[in-house]
Amino acid sequence: VYEVFKNVAGKYDLMNDAMSFGIHRLWKDHFIHRMAPVEGTKLLDVAGGTGDIAFRFLQYIQSQNDDPIMVEESFSIPTNIEAGAYSIPSDYAEEEKIDLSGYKEDTSHVTVCDINQEMLNVGKSRAEEAGIFTGIDWVQGNAECLPFEDNSFDAYTIAYGIRNCTHVDKVLTEAFRVLKPGGRFMCLEFSQVNNLGLRRLYDSYSFEVIPVMGQVLARDWKSYQYLVESIRQFPNQKKFAAMIRQAGFGMVTYENLTFGVSAIHSGYKLLKVVK
Amino acid sequence: MAREDDRMYVDGNGQLRERKLGYDELYPGHIPTSTLQKVLLSIGSAGMSLLDPSRDDMIATLGETTGTWALRSIKEKMEADPTGQRILTEQPVINTNTVSIDYLGSLPEGTFGKKYWHFLSKNGFSPDARLPIHFVDDPELKYVMLRYRQVHDLFHSVLGMPPHMLGEVAVKWVEALQTGLPMCALGALFGPLRLGPKHTKKYLETYLPWAIRNGQNAKFLMAVYWEEHWEDDLETLRQELNIEPPPIIASKS
Repeated sequence: VYEVFKNVAGKYDLMNDAMSFGIHRLWKDHFIHRMAPVEGTKLLDVAGGTGDIAFRFLQYIQSQNDDPIMVEESFSIPTNIEAGAYSIPSDYAEEEKIDLSGYKEDTSHVTVCDINQEMLNVGKSRAEEAGIFTGIDWVQGNAECLPFEDNSFDAYTIAYGIRNCTHVDKVLTEAFRVLKPGGRFMCLEFSQVNNLGLRRLYDSYSFEVIPVMGQVLARDWKSYQYLVESIRQFPNQKKFAAMIRQAGFGMVTYENLTFGVSAIHSGYKLLKVVK
Repeated sequence: MAREDDRMYVDGNGQLRERKLGYDELYPGHIPTSTLQKVLLSIGSAGMSLLDPSRDDMIATLGETTGTWALRSIKEKMEADPTGQRILTEQPVINTNTVSIDYLGSLPEGTFGKKYWHFLSKNGFSPDARLPIHFVDDPELKYVMLRYRQVHDLFHSVLGMPPHMLGEVAVKWVEALQTGLPMCALGALFGPLRLGPKHTKKYLETYLPWAIRNGQNAKFLMAVYWEEHWEDDLETLRQELNIEPPPIIASKS
């Protein structure tokens, strides 16, 4: 899997747009709207490589703060290097366990964690281009064994990453561990299309067209055929919801997007955990 | 059998599915494709090679997806010729293991091998730099395609055409007339659109008619066992093959 994403990193964003005809942007927008984060949220975005979720998270909060009804100081995204000097320096990330006590309690923050450094690098340069220097950190790490303390995040997201993990159950228990009590787990992932007619169309499109796009746009047939197969193998909406419950989460729900091509699963680390 | 087990997998709904055939089943690098996929690949690779000329793999792909009929015809013609049949049986490959660049360089000026050596060293080419073949579904036709790609540089040498746009188009004309490969025909027809005014004039007045004459009159070049001619005198070889030497305007290549 690592090799697949090493090859894929450079053209990742282009391929996402091509394969979904840009719809993946809508899915991600909707995902963040469902999260409806508020100022002060500490988010851990796992397998977030190129930063799509992280940037939307920050933008959502900023747009909320731009609302004139809000009184407190808005969360501004500075564009000068000086402001960047006040953020946690990126070499902090090389430590074994990340100490989050240094973060100011009232500011929103997103930590992007990905096993693949190439993906993180793409994300970092996108952040630089957008002028985002504070409120975001990039950490290399394994979703099955996160380099973070227990109970340290308000929210955990994993968008289009969990199906690539070898042990999904471990990813879920790690997510449970690093979330604060009351924290929310949210997953955006490809799921199963249950309408038979649509499924046939979707299968044809996936198996016939997507590897061809991979070859033409990214010179990589194999990785995109793998992608299509891995989507088919991922547990369906109900099964996945059950797995999330099994990891200890409560109030687990899911919502289909585009007839089940994608699905948002959500769960909470309830304050009183009855095992 | 392990292969059979690998073929099936259970999907997210608990249903058994068959895995798509993978890489390498027919020959190393082979990717099985449906007709629809070949059509999509042809359109996509044609478009991409125009949009991004650095994607040499796209022209190769276009050749593979559109070439089946022409490859079959080339193979038949080769089978009808004793030398051609020998090539198909022995399946020689031109790379630095089978041909020593130093040996070619040591040959006297005026030989075919020395000409090829000049072509390689002047342009920084290597006979090893061949893109792998993916989309040809018959292993024998795959060899024919491979042979075509290898001897393309030799065609440049025997025709005396440098690898700039004008020379490439001239070679493509000869190849298109000789092999019938659609990719060659497309290159021959659309390549000239990229030529500047000075070259366009040269092209229309001199190179195009010369290339067409060669394409039509020369012996079937795919059936030539090129590796046996390194030491031949170039002009004698050209006469034997019915090839007109390049127009005087062409510089040494």
